[in-house]
Amino acid sequence: MAEPLTTSALTITKTHCPYCALQCGMNLSSEGGSVVVQPRDFPTNRGGLCQKGWTSAAVLTTPGRLTQPLLRRSREAPPHPVSWDEALDYVTERIRDIQRQRGLDAVALFGGGGLTNEKTYALGKFARVALRTSQVDYNGRFCMSSAAAAGIRVFGIDRGLPFPVTDLDDADAVLLVGGNVAETMPPFSQHLRRAVDLGGLVVIDPRRTATAEQAALHLQPAPGTDLALALGMLHAVVADGHLDHDYISARTNGFEEMWRIAAQWWPERVERVTGVSAADQRAAVRLLARAHNAYVLTARGAEQHASGADTASAWINLALALGLPGRPGSGYGCLTGQGNGQGGREHGQKADQLPGYRKIDDPAAREHVAAVWGVDPAELPGPGRSAYELLDALGGADGPRALLVFGSNPVVSAPRAAHVAERLAALDLLVVADFVLSETAELADVVLPVTQWAEEDGTLTNLEGRILLRERAIEPPQGVRSDLDVLHGLATRLGQPAERFPTDAETVFEELRRASAGGVADYSGVSWERLRDGEQLHWPVPAVDHPGTPRLFLDRFAHPDGRARFAAVNHRGPAEPPDADFPLLATTGRVLQHYQSGAQTRRVAELAKAVPESYVEVHPDTAARAGLAEGQLSRVVSRRGTAVARVRVVPSMRLDTVFLPFHFAGDQRANLVTNPALDPISRMPEFKVCAVRLEPAPGEES
Amino acid sequence: MRPQQVVVIGYGMAGARFAEEVRRRDPAGERVSLTIVGEETHAAYNRVLLSSVLAGAMATDAVTLHDGAWADRYGVTVRTGTRVSRIDRVVRTVTLADGDVLPYDAVVLATGSRAWLPPTEGLCDENGEPAPGVVAFRTLDDCERILATARPGAPVAVLGGGLLGLEAARGLAGRGNRVTVVHPVGHLMERQLDPAAGRVLARTLAQLGIEFRLNVLASGYVPGDGLKLADGSHVPADLVVVSAGVRAETGLAGDAGLTIDRGVVVDDALRTSDPRIHAIGDCAQHPGTISGLVQPGWEQAAVVADLLTGADSAARYTGTPVVTRLKARDIDLAALGEVHAELDDPDAEVVRLEDPARGRYAKLVLRDDKVTGAIMLGTPDAAAMVTQLYDRGMPAPSDRLALLLGRALPSGATGASPADLPSSAVICRCNTVSKGQLMTAWRAGARSVSALADATRASTGCGSCREAVCGIAQWLAEVDPDQDAATAGRTAS
Repeated sequence: MAEPLTTSALTITKTHCPYCALQCGMNLSSEGGSVVVQPRDFPTNRGGLCQKGWTSAAVLTTPGRLTQPLLRRSREAPPHPVSWDEALDYVTERIRDIQRQRGLDAVALFGGGGLTNEKTYALGKFARVALRTSQVDYNGRFCMSSAAAAGIRVFGIDRGLPFPVTDLDDADAVLLVGGNVAETMPPFSQHLRRAVDLGGLVVIDPRRTATAEQAALHLQPAPGTDLALALGMLHAVVADGHLDHDYISARTNGFEEMWRIAAQWWPERVERVTGVSAADQRAAVRLLARAHNAYVLTARGAEQHASGADTASAWINLALALGLPGRPGSGYGCLTGQGNGQGGREHGQKADQLPGYRKIDDPAAREHVAAVWGVDPAELPGPGRSAYELLDALGGADGPRALLVFGSNPVVSAPRAAHVAERLAALDLLVVADFVLSETAELADVVLPVTQWAEEDGTLTNLEGRILLRERAIEPPQGVRSDLDVLHGLATRLGQPAERFPTDAETVFEELRRASAGGVADYSGVSWERLRDGEQLHWPVPAVDHPGTPRLFLDRFAHPDGRARFAAVNHRGPAEPPDADFPLLATTGRVLQHYQSGAQTRRVAELAKAVPESYVEVHPDTAARAGLAEGQLSRVVSRRGTAVARVRVVPSMRLDTVFLPFHFAGDQRANLVTNPALDPISRMPEFKVCAVRLEPAPGEES
Repeated sequence: MRPQQVVVIGYGMAGARFAEEVRRRDPAGERVSLTIVGEETHAAYNRVLLSSVLAGAMATDAVTLHDGAWADRYGVTVRTGTRVSRIDRVVRTVTLADGDVLPYDAVVLATGSRAWLPPTEGLCDENGEPAPGVVAFRTLDDCERILATARPGAPVAVLGGGLLGLEAARGLAGRGNRVTVVHPVGHLMERQLDPAAGRVLARTLAQLGIEFRLNVLASGYVPGDGLKLADGSHVPADLVVVSAGVRAETGLAGDAGLTIDRGVVVDDALRTSDPRIHAIGDCAQHPGTISGLVQPGWEQAAVVADLLTGADSAARYTGTPVVTRLKARDIDLAALGEVHAELDDPDAEVVRLEDPARGRYAKLVLRDDKVTGAIMLGTPDAAAMVTQLYDRGMPAPSDRLALLLGRALPSGATGASPADLPSSAVICRCNTVSKGQLMTAWRAGARSVSALADATRASTGCGSCREAVCGIAQWLAEVDPDQDAATAGRTAS
């Protein structure tokens, strides 16, 4: 199906890995028609690559690569290949029909945190200007939204790491909350080496992960109790005399109000809720307090909860109480997950946002961006639905009737996945742009084959807020177009002037610079020229002669008074506590060999061979009580659905907890069981805890 | 509709929590109008933290529950330093000592408890108040009085070797006082500990500088001198801290004719014998719990808030499993459920580990595979686990010893030599490279660490397995020598 690769002979292209936010440096070269990956020395990865990175070129030549648009005019018929004109004409016509009959918001867009900044920007603009719909959001809502909300609330700004990742190299102590970097971004572990060697790594995770194995102290709370743990540790900071009074009076507000809550969470009480001993809470605090250079880092384990924004805030509170943020050699950071998880949340594919991390309901922001776009600010729609609410509304009475998906596979990655698949099926029109036939693309009326990372130009913003250029390394297969091309094709057919939706990524970036100018995430001083020259540009970069901002907060935080604000947050527990029918807690996460919904990595033979199918990690006694043994197939059942997974007996698991990786499709989808309870602030679903029971799959009863 | 007039008598932890729970359900005061009357002059404070204040870990203002603006912010009328003189149930009014009369639709009694002073000669003055140099350990004022009196190095006697007495003793010893605990029973915390655990605890506390006089009553007190004990001996003390138990504060309730036993008797709706009067916290007597702990009072506060705001008229309180935790620096003690079961109990499974020299004692009582009692001393992580099993009624793991040992259990195959690893063992996690793959690559000619890395990508991720790959290369050089074996060994080292 795929055309042979045509590459410029023996050129080596400096680029970055297509997967996670670490954006490891790599070189791509072509030898005899196949693309070869070599690690490259870059600050984030220092020449290291994990198995996903090493094998990333395999996706370029995957047998399932899409090279022709697919169309079906009726759901009964199988999709058949059509020309680009036919596909785009059809989509345009259907969009027009649906918007004429049901209004502008009847057409929705769903983006992704792996899309380049240029695509993110163009997608948001396409939604607001070409479709004039408010209904646009993206899968990053499922990753970064809680930490983003917490950062904005406490610091006044959200940049995952407000310091270069290499600053961690000098840390004596690191508290890592709900992150398994040894598997999710393996080369990152190099930056924790010193802390590990000094016995200063503390990992908080309900599972004894590969990362927890390296920790001097592993705190293993019950899923859904992280916020209580943060409050208990903050209590210990005060009770054990570690509070940084000078820092608190000079650089923060709101300590008193927050303390009134934390005062009620003494470590012994927290122990009873979390299962983490008071002694361990104190030991962890002592380790951080005594270090010269200490960091608190959070990841999805802390954030993917219906109380995720508050939980992330509580961990930032702890860092503030110890006087860490905004001091050289210490701080708080959030580990962004997806490749462009940072840039993807800054430039307008989020329901409530405009480029430059501007808010769509801010009149000044609307005026600025509308001027760049050449439209009347009054014509810009307001905020739309968040990701899960959008998916949940599809095909419903007031919901969108058409959805265009770019860079996402929600049938696998969204919570309550069976319901999401039903909603997609209820649409009048589903259009999916992808380079392989993902599980979501399989349901589509129109599938548009697009280019992937090595075949196109674009910028990404990595986990430390550094803007990176990924330049085209090889020619794309014949027949595929870039997402920018697709948006251009649709926009012009919808009557937009051609120059309003350029297909050249650098041209789009030039516009993004203007649109972001003066915003929170100000890219106006970034040019591709500077990036090609290897400049290390961390946003904000407000002018072409500005050196960028590797470290935020050294002088002031981003609130108007320059102070950080303690967030007065309280523990409330999981949205769905266990009961007699569903006595266990299920938590979800990742394995080293797969990325996100697995649409890419499950197609890489070496990775699929290493981890071919889903599994459930369970304590041996819990397995035995369910009548299950190692290697047997089990059903993990929640109120929302059932996932099938092979039993892995793991003695270090908590008795009350099972773990499922979420990269697998069909009846192995972990998200068939997850709970779409949403955080009231961030609209993050509760991926990390729901009530389940475990039972043998049919035929496995002993 | 006019909001219900609710008068809360008592501004301690239960009363304060009740007001918070009401405002959580009725933020604008549309359903409930709240007046709180508190006898102490302070705003409500966190009594649980008094031992931290005593130990010098926390300033007194850090334990305040509500700041000065709290009452206005939440639309609550708070009257501190005010006694209630009577409740008139016929006309439904509460009369204050200053003469004010508050009409009510409902009353919530949260009067708590007061310290009990044993009948030791000289301990009380003629008015029944503590004599000079005697302080009960109950209120924030008591705490401040103790701190003002117990100058560093001075001898202090603590009357009572229960939970609070020991927390006070530990705090004072940590501040440099010479502390002697006088306890009339043969072992410490006899309600929560069996004799063996009590002995281990005493031994541990003795190592922290606390002396014990067990199984003996104090017969007399002389200010400035100390305590005379029933066995004729003498305990020097500039200060006597009394922590000999508490009694529910039931005076008002009794005067109002409510049913009183040890406390104000309540049903599952926390109603007293007058359905318009509820009682919560230490003053209440509910069969599902014991007094003296804060958690039951907080849970009761939520139930009464549900009922009085109408948020959940079916809300009921059925009890709180009691877990006793001693909060004292360098000591980890948890006790719960039936602690006195013996090893030969025919109906229970009892497991016990004793390591007195290291201050450890662990006892587990199980019935039908579930934890029904435990004493965990000096085993903090196991205590956390056992507490969760008990609270949730989950079956205990089949390996009881591993449960009792907690993290002390060795965590499996660390430091296994390359020869002992199975060939399927993953050496490089970042690139899923097993020992077998390294052996295959070696035999195919990759005779150095860097050659093995090129062939298998082992160690090219985070690099943390480099030593392990070196070890395997060295081992292979020994067991599978070849022409290049010497080179391999050199490269690997």
